[in-house]
Amino acid sequence: MDFIFAGATDIYTGLMRFFHVIAGVAWIGLLYYFNFVQVPALKAAAADGTGAGITKHVAPLALLWFRWAALATWLAGAALLGDNFTTAFLLQDGYEAIGLGSWLGTIMLFNVWVLIWPNQQKILGMKKATDEEKTVARRVALLASRTNTMLSIPMLLLMTNGLSHKALLHI
Amino acid sequence: MKNPLDSITGTIVSGIILTIILLALLENFLNT
Repeated sequence: MDFIFAGATDIYTGLMRFFHVIAGVAWIGLLYYFNFVQVPALKAAAADGTGAGITKHVAPLALLWFRWAALATWLAGAALLGDNFTTAFLLQDGYEAIGLGSWLGTIMLFNVWVLIWPNQQKILGMKKATDEEKTVARRVALLASRTNTMLSIPMLLLMTNGLSHKALLHI
Repeated sequence: MKNPLDSITGTIVSGIILTIILLALLENFLNT
C-alpha cells in the first residue's frame, strides 16, 4: 500500500526506473539479437543467397527500435540520477559504481549513434556508398557492436547488483 | 594477435575480464 501513498517524487522516480529498465531491455535485447542471432544468420544466409529478407525487412526495423531505445534508456537513466548526475559522472560520494555504469552506458550510446547507425545505413543501402566504403563500414559497425556487447557485461553488473544502493535511495 | 571481438566467445570473455578489472578498481581505488 506504500506505493499508493508514495509522494510525487517517489512516483516520478519509480516511473523513470521502470521506463529505464523497459527501454534498456529493448536496447540490450536487440544488441544481443544482432550479435548472437543476426550476424551468424546473415553469414549462413550469404552462403545460399537468402539474406535479402533479413537485410531488407528485419534489420532496418530492428535498427529503428535499437537506436531509439538506446536514447530513451540513457535519457531515463539521466532523469533518474537527477541532481546527482554530475556526482555520478565524477565518480564521487557513493555514486562510484553507478557512475562507472553510466560512463559505460554513455560510451555505448555514442557507439550506437555515431558508429553503428551511420555505417549500417551504408551497409543496408539506405545511404550511398562504394563497395570499398561498405567493406570499411561492415568492419566498423561489427567492432562497435561487439564493443557494446563486451561493455554491456560490466555495465549491467554495475547497475543491477546493489553497488548503486546509495543512488537508489537518492541520498 | 587475433582481435577477441571477432568472435562471440572472445567478446564475452573480454567483457568478463573488463568486469573484474572495473570491480577491482572500484574496490581499491574508488571510495565505495
